[in-house]
Amino acid sequence: MGAFEAVILTIITASTPLLLAAIGELVTERSGVLNLGVEGMMIMGAVCGFAAAYTSQSAMLGVAAGLIAGVGMSLLFAFLTQTLMTSQVATGLSLTLLGLGLSGLIGEAFTGLPGIKLAALDIPFLSDIPFIGPILFGHDILVYASLAITAGAAYVLFRTRLGLIITAVGGNHHSAHALGYNVIRVRYGCIAFGGGCSGLAGAYLSLAYTPQWIENMSSGRGWIALALVVFSTWLPGRVLIGAYLFGAVWIMGLYVQALGVAIPAQLLSSLPYLVTIVALIIISGNKTLTKVNTPACIGQPFAPER
Amino acid sequence: MKKLIGSIALSLAMVFAVGAASAAEKLKIGFIYVGPIGDHGWSYQHDQGRLAIEKAFGDKVETVYVEKVAEGPDAERAIERLARKGAGLIFTTSFGFMEPTLKVAKRFPKVKFEHATGYKQSKNVATYNARFYEGRYIIGQIAAKMSKSGTAGYIASFPIPEVVMGINSFILGAQTINPNFKLKVIWVNSWFDPGKEADAAKVLIGQGADIITQHTDSTAPLQIAADKGAMGFGQASNMIKFAPKAQLTSIVDNWAPYYVRRVRAVLDGTWTSSNTWDGLTQGTVEMAPYTNMPADVAAMAKKTQAMITSGKLHPFTGPLYKQDGSMALAAGKVMDDGTLSGMNWYVKGIDGNLPK
Repeated sequence: MGAFEAVILTIITASTPLLLAAIGELVTERSGVLNLGVEGMMIMGAVCGFAAAYTSQSAMLGVAAGLIAGVGMSLLFAFLTQTLMTSQVATGLSLTLLGLGLSGLIGEAFTGLPGIKLAALDIPFLSDIPFIGPILFGHDILVYASLAITAGAAYVLFRTRLGLIITAVGGNHHSAHALGYNVIRVRYGCIAFGGGCSGLAGAYLSLAYTPQWIENMSSGRGWIALALVVFSTWLPGRVLIGAYLFGAVWIMGLYVQALGVAIPAQLLSSLPYLVTIVALIIISGNKTLTKVNTPACIGQPFAPER
Repeated sequence: MKKLIGSIALSLAMVFAVGAASAAEKLKIGFIYVGPIGDHGWSYQHDQGRLAIEKAFGDKVETVYVEKVAEGPDAERAIERLARKGAGLIFTTSFGFMEPTLKVAKRFPKVKFEHATGYKQSKNVATYNARFYEGRYIIGQIAAKMSKSGTAGYIASFPIPEVVMGINSFILGAQTINPNFKLKVIWVNSWFDPGKEADAAKVLIGQGADIITQHTDSTAPLQIAADKGAMGFGQASNMIKFAPKAQLTSIVDNWAPYYVRRVRAVLDGTWTSSNTWDGLTQGTVEMAPYTNMPADVAAMAKKTQAMITSGKLHPFTGPLYKQDGSMALAAGKVMDDGTLSGMNWYVKGIDGNLPK
C-alpha cells in the first residue's frame, strides 16, 4: 500500500464521523432548531453501538443500536424544546452533559473489552483494483452511508416539497403555520433525523474508527460538527467539503510530523481548528450568501396558538 | 426511667468504644485514581497494587478508592474527604495530583501521603515512580530485530522528560542491533485519545513503520498495528487480548511490591517521606511474556532484561551523543538520576525536532 493511498484512507476515516454528525445537525438547524447536544447524542450512539455489538457479536446490530440511541436522545430534546418550550441552548447543553454522564454509566461494564469491527464492504473485482479499489470501494457501510445521507439531504432540501416545507418552517414559522404546516411536527422529524445521524457518527467511532468503548471517546467531535454547519452556511455540499478539509488538515499534520519536518507539534494539532476558523471568517464575509441560507427562526421557540 | 436511659447511654458508649478500638487497630488506606479502574492501563495497575495490599495484610488494613478523579480542584476535595474519613495512608496516583496532595497533607499532618510520578516531597508526602525507560530499551532491541523496514513509529504524548527519556532509551536499544535504525515520532498532545492515537498509528504505518510503540494510554495503536499487519507493544498493562497476534511484549507497571512495602512501614511505625524510583530490579517494572517472535529474539530480550535487572547494564551508559552530535555522556559513565529526570534532548539517530 502506497503512502499516499494510506493517507487518503486515514483522512476518510477521520472525516466520516464529522460529516455524519454535521449533516444531521444541518437538517435540524434548517428547520429552525439549534441542538447543541450533538456531542451527547454522539457519545450515546458510541456506547449503545458498542454494547449492542459486543452483546450480540454483530457490528450491524451495533450500528442499529447507535442509530436508535441517537434518535432517542434527540426525541428527549424535541419533547423538552418543542412540547414543553424550554430554551434550546440550555436544553442542548444539558443533553451533552447528560449524554457524557449516562454513557459513562452504561459503558462501565464494557470498558476495556475487545471490540467488534465493522467490516469493510468487499466488492468482488472492484475492491481489488489497485489504488482506486481500496480508496473507492474498500470502506465500511457507514462511510458510504455518510455520503449517501449528505447527497440525500441536499436533494430533499433543494429539490422536493418536503425540503421547501423544512426551509419555510426554519425561515418563518408563523408563515409556515399560517399556510397550514405543522411546525412542531416538522421540527420533531428534523430533530430526530439529526439525532439519528449523530448516533451513527458515534457508532462509527466505537465500531470502525477505534473498535472499543472508552469513556469520552467522542472527545469534542460533536462540537467540531456544530461549527462545520455554520462554516458551511447550512449548505450540504459545503458541510462535505468542511468535514473533509478538517480531516485532511488533521491527518496531514500528523503526516508532516512523522516525516520530521520542523514545525512545532502543538501548532500542527491546532491547525485543523485554525483552518476551519479562517475558512469560517472568509465565508461569512459574503453577507448575502450567509443571509440567504441562515434559517431566520433558528433557536426560537414556536407556540402555535400565538 | 432515669436508670433505663443511663443504661442505654452506657451500652451505646460501650459500642462506640469497641468500634473506635477496632478502627484504630485497622489502618485505613485511601487511593485516588485519575481514570476508571477499567482502563486496562494506568489506573487498573494501581488498583492491582491496592488488591495486593488487601491480600498481604488481610484484616489489618481497610482500603478505599475513588476513581475517575479529575486533576485539579476536584482532586483536592476527593483527597481531603479520604483524609477526613480517617485514612492513615493515601496514595494519589497521577502527576496532576501533586499540588492538591501537598495542600491536603499540610492540613492533615498526621496522615501519610504517597504521590506517584511527582517531584515535590514534604514531611508527610513521599513520591514514587518507576523506571519505565528500562523496559523501553528492551523493546527497542526487539523492534530492531523484528522490523523488516528498519523503521519504527512512536506515538508520544507530551514532551516532558519522562516521555523523552523513553524515546531515547528505545532508540539506544534499537541501535545496539541496527545502528541505522529509524524512528518516526508523532506527538498527539494527549495521554488518552484513542481516535488521535489510531490516526497517528495509521500515518506511521503508511510511512513505512512496521513496529508501533506508544507513550499514550489507550489500546488503539496496538489494535491498528494488528489490523494493518504491523507489530506493536502494550503500554502499562499486558494488552495481549487486544492484539493476540501483534503484541510482542508489554511494559507492565507493577506497583504491588512498593505498595506492600510502604504499608508495612506504616504498620511498623518506620514510615518516612522519601523519593523512590524503582525499576526492573525491584519488580516495579515488569515485562509481559515475549510473544509473536522467534526464539532467538525472545532469548536476546530475556538476556537484556536479566542484565538490567542485575544492574550490569544501564540503558544510558556513555558514550552518548545528542541529536546535534555533541557529547552528552563520556564513555563508560552511567547517567545519574538527576540528569535523567531532567532530560529534554534527543539522542543521535532520531529524526525530527523535539517540541519545546
